[in-house]
Order: sequence, then C-alpha cells, then structure tokens
Amino acid sequence: MEPTKKFVSGDEAVAIGVKLAKPHVIAAYPITPQTIVVERLAEMVESGELESEYMYVESEHSALAAVMGASVLGARTFTATSSQGLLYMAEVLHYASGGRVPLVMMNANRSVALPWSIFGDQRDSLSLLDSGWIQVYVEDAQESLDMMLQAYAIAEHPDVLTPVMVNLDGFILTHTYECIEIPTSEQVETFLPKFEFANKMDINEPKNLFFSSSPEHNIGFKYQQHKAIENAKSVIEEIDKKYEAVTTRGYGGLVDAYKCDDADYIIITLGSITGLVRDVVEELRSEGQKVGVLKVRYMRPFPDEEIRAYTKAAKVIGVLEKDISFGYQGTVFTNVSAALRECDVQLINYVAGLGGKNIAREEIVHIYKELNDTENKSKVSAVKSQAVRFVGVEVPKDED
Amino acid sequence: MKTKLEQEEYFYGHKGCAGCGGSIAVRLALKVLGKNTLVVLPAGCMSAVGFVYPQLCFGVNALISPFASTGAMLSGLYVGAKALGLKDVNVVGFAGDGGTADIGLQALSGAIDRGDKIIYICYDNEAYMNTGVQKSSLTPYGAKTTTTPAGDRIHGGTYGRGSTSVKKDMFDIVTAHNIAYAATASIGNIPDYIRKVEKASKMQGTSYIHVAAPCPTGWGVESSDTVAIAKEAIDCGLWYLAEYEDGEYTLNRDVKEFTSVKEYLKKQNRFKHLTDEDIVAIGCQRDKKWKSLRKKAQ
Repeated sequence: MEPTKKFVSGDEAVAIGVKLAKPHVIAAYPITPQTIVVERLAEMVESGELESEYMYVESEHSALAAVMGASVLGARTFTATSSQGLLYMAEVLHYASGGRVPLVMMNANRSVALPWSIFGDQRDSLSLLDSGWIQVYVEDAQESLDMMLQAYAIAEHPDVLTPVMVNLDGFILTHTYECIEIPTSEQVETFLPKFEFANKMDINEPKNLFFSSSPEHNIGFKYQQHKAIENAKSVIEEIDKKYEAVTTRGYGGLVDAYKCDDADYIIITLGSITGLVRDVVEELRSEGQKVGVLKVRYMRPFPDEEIRAYTKAAKVIGVLEKDISFGYQGTVFTNVSAALRECDVQLINYVAGLGGKNIAREEIVHIYKELNDTENKSKVSAVKSQAVRFVGVEVPKDED
Repeated sequence: MKTKLEQEEYFYGHKGCAGCGGSIAVRLALKVLGKNTLVVLPAGCMSAVGFVYPQLCFGVNALISPFASTGAMLSGLYVGAKALGLKDVNVVGFAGDGGTADIGLQALSGAIDRGDKIIYICYDNEAYMNTGVQKSSLTPYGAKTTTTPAGDRIHGGTYGRGSTSVKKDMFDIVTAHNIAYAATASIGNIPDYIRKVEKASKMQGTSYIHVAAPCPTGWGVESSDTVAIAKEAIDCGLWYLAEYEDGEYTLNRDVKEFTSVKEYLKKQNRFKHLTDEDIVAIGCQRDKKWKSLRKKAQ
C-alpha cells in the first residue's frame, strides 16, 4: 500500500496522527482552537475507523487525570487542550511527569486571559515549561501528523517515560489547510512499537503508585526525572531517524537549522513563524546577505549544544517569540541566552505576535536589518539594544 | 450478604490516629471487594497515613489522585480496564468530605454523568482533618473548626457558633444525577455498610456510598468511642441510613424515637460551646430533614 495524500487542517492532521497510533482511550473536552481534534476523533470512533474508548469529561483537569488513570493500566491514551485549559491542567501536568506516565497531549498554542483572546501565542505552554513535560513545537500540518506518532515513541521509550506535549500555533496552524501525506498502517506498525508499560498496575502484582515521598527520597526521584528528559535528547534524534527511514520524512531532532553554517545574522524561532522567516532568508540570501534561521523544535529537553553548534559563525542573533515573561524577557530568549552565555555573540529579543497579532514579512526583514545594524554600533548602544523589543508596538521615544 | 469477611488485609500498617473512623471504612470495604480491586485516593487522611514511600500499605493496586480528580481517575481506570479487556475488576475511590463535597464535586458529578462502573466511597469525618480540622461543606451546623472558631467576641452573631452552614446533603446531590446506586452508611452500623459495598460492587453503573466515619482527633472524643459515637449519631437522628436504586428511595432505619441530640453533641469537644438555643436549632434541622426523608421513602 502507498501513502495517501489529503488536504487537511493542522487539527485534522493531529487527529489522523492520533488515529494511526491507535490509542486505547481518548479523553475529550472542547476549547478553541483545539476542539476540531477531538471532534474528528469522535467521528473516527463512531465510524469504526478507530477502535478507542472515547470519554467526554467535565474539565481539562479531569481529562488529564482520566488518561493518567487509563495509562497506569497500560493503555495508550490521548487528550488535547489549549490556553486556559492547559493552565487549568497545570497541577496534573506536574503529576503526570512526576508519576512518569508516558502520556501524549496536543496543545493548540493560544493566548492567555486577560484580556481574553482565542488567538494564538505561545504564552500558555511556555509558562508551563517547568512542569516536567517534553515540549515540541511543530511548523506545519505534515509535521503535526508526524510528530503525534513520534511523540508516542518518545514518551513510551523505556529510557524516557515522560509525557510529551505537541504544540501547534493556534489558528495559524490548527485551522490552516495544507496537503499532507498519510503514512500507511504498515509504515506505522514498523515505526511505532506496541505500548508495554513495565510499571503498570497488575492484579497479581499490586502496585501503589503516585505516592508521597519523604524529603530524604524526594530529590532522588527528581534527579531521575531530570535524567529521563536528558536521555530524551538522544532518543529524540534516534526516533526521528527511524521515522525518516520508514516514511522518508525527518525533522532533524531538537532543532532545524536553515542556512546557519556561515550566517552572520540568525533569527531563532519557535513554531509556525519559521516558514515565513525561511522565505525571508531565501530572499536576503539572493541579495548576498549572510542570514539564517534556526528553529527550536524542542523547548524541553532544551537544545543548548545544538544552538551553540549552529550559531558558531553568528555575530548577532535575534530571538523571535510569541511570549513574554513579564518584567524580564521572553522565555525562549532566556533559555537561548543561557546556552550562549560563554559565546561571543550579541543577542536581541523580539517579542511579537502576542494575542494573535500578525507578524508581517516586512517586520522579519526589518529584524534582519536591525541585527546587521547592531553589529556596526558602538558597545554602549549594543548594550541598550539588548532590551526586549515589542514588534509592532508604538513605543514613546523616551521609553525606547 | 457476606457473613464472613476475608482474612486478608488490604489496608494494613498505616499511620492513622488511634480510633480513626476513615481507616475502618477503607479496611472493611477492601475486605468486601477483595484482590481484584483498583483504588483511588485523593489527598486526604487515607493517602497521608498510608502512602509515604517506601512505606506503602495497600495490598491491592492503589494510587493517589490529584485532590480534585478522584472521580476522573476512577473513570480513567474503569475505561482503561474496559479498553484492555480486564474483566471483573472493582474500581473504588475513597475520598474525604472535603475531597468529595468541595474540591472533588465536579469530577464526581462528571463520573456519575458518564455512568462509569465505579464505586465512590466518601468517608465523612465532617472537616478537613488531615490538615488539622478546617471546615468543609460537610461540617455540621455549630461545629467548631480552626477556620470556624467559636469565641466570645463574635458569639451571638452570625459567625460565633462555629460552622453556621447546614451540612450539604451529598446523598441528595448524587441521587439528583439519577445515579445507578447511592447509599448512606456509617461505621456505627458495620453489617449495613458491608451489605451496601457488596451491593455497589454488583451494580452496572456508578455507585456512591457516603459513610459516616468519626474522627476522634477532630471531634474531640475518646479514640475508643469512634464506633459508639457513630452509632449515637444515627440514634439521635443526626445521621441516617438510606439507599437509592432505580429511582426509589429506601430509608433503612426509620428511627421512631430519637435519643437526645444534646447528649450526642455535648460528648464532643467540637460542640462544647453550643448554647441551648443552638441545640434547639439543630434539633429543628433534624426534624425538618427527617420529614423530607420520610416523604421521599414513601
């Protein structure tokens, strides 16, 4: 059988990816712009295309708790959320990672109230970076489907046993239609092993799970949790290669670098904005400018070595992100800065697209120009230029 | 009904207070349900006393759920077992009064709405005892807790008498969901409790058992008096034994002549501050409650 092609939205691509992974249990709760995922899954279960137990639950908090319950028996599960829903789950996110439950969840990146906004930015998931989940950010519908399958392989890997959150930019990706290639069930079977959970509950060998621990033991568990996410780095690379061998599509693991090797000026991105930045790089390269774009695919585990490796030649780096940690800087920027703390390179943080504000092509061009200008400025102004810059916000002169 | 319980202990070696009513409810229910049981406990006394690594005291599969998630995790276990083809397993939750009537109410309501085949047991000790006696919505009128203190300054005002709200009726709340089976029980009547747990295990849909489980530490009674005080609550009419099945109510014991409410209350430190007027008010609440109970059971 040959892979088929289909014209679908990002949400639908996720649903197809989940279907191919054949989860035993799906917990559904609606929230824009995720809802289409659980709607499509309901249709698939109803039509008999997918054999899963489909649970409608009363909240996101319950959605995640319910799939944890199913998972400890050895069931493969799925749930999806967004924004306020993800934050409502926050407690359970820590619970799942601390309990080493290999869940897979899709999150539609959406702004966080107040002000209310159903539109996209990445403040929801980035504010939960420390919840112990592996976080991957995808760029298009094809990657959305492919990463659902990879996510199960990563989460369930015995060296990892850590939940994975697959993040799609709300609307820009969840609701945009693209043509995707759907792997065959034979390909999926070759790639994705059956879920075997060594720590599962067993009637003949009863287990007491999700326990308390004394201060004496607690830090040891936390160390193991940290090691597991560090282990995920090589597992992610390995699984991506395996996926590529089966489907011909690989994503490069923790980062995806485009024309970074000799680039003087690099923009670091997260998620769907990368496509536009890549187009701008093409254009500026054709004019002879040495520019590149480095897409961070995983925020946890964080690709610090990869970022150092791909930015060796860079003079100035802009970190473009749809997030702000109020009173400091964007979270991606903070992480990138820490990775590059011993490198001789200047960094500027561009905060853009909050609450769904469009990031225009011209703004990207302008960022590359600013990166170029920064290098040519004196040290003093370079220091000033390190302040967070809000793209598309009119700032009074005295505040600049 | 089982006349002989299993010798096997499934909740053994915990650090509960002497005379803990909740631990009696858990231990007995597990003896009825047996080995093929999956247990969910939210934060609360039973998880605090029995679940600290490496001293884990459940002899059956058990887990602690997030505080608000007892119902959801029970559903997840039930649905997971169904999806994996695990047959003949009991899925049972033991949550306290706060874990049930306050923070866990949403998840419980969702589980009943889905009709999942689970048994939810609320062991009611009438306050947040694990954190040191704070009022829950199942704390009875007049009871003194650390968040509803009784004191001279405000005594006589609305907030001087300890808890001033009337205990929520969880039995009414769950029966309003058209649940498959609901019952109130008490460790003051163990044969009745055992019968109800056994019945719940045979139901096809969701079961809810609300078991009164006194807490000597929080109530201020002798640790040897747990069962006696639970019994007295039934005798004086401040607790009742009832069932709901197929839309029908049964009052298991229609108490014809109540014993003294005052005597019941005055045995407990938490009610020591009550005036005669308060006690009369509690008696009136009781009479009103029984009027409605008798009407429903007709």
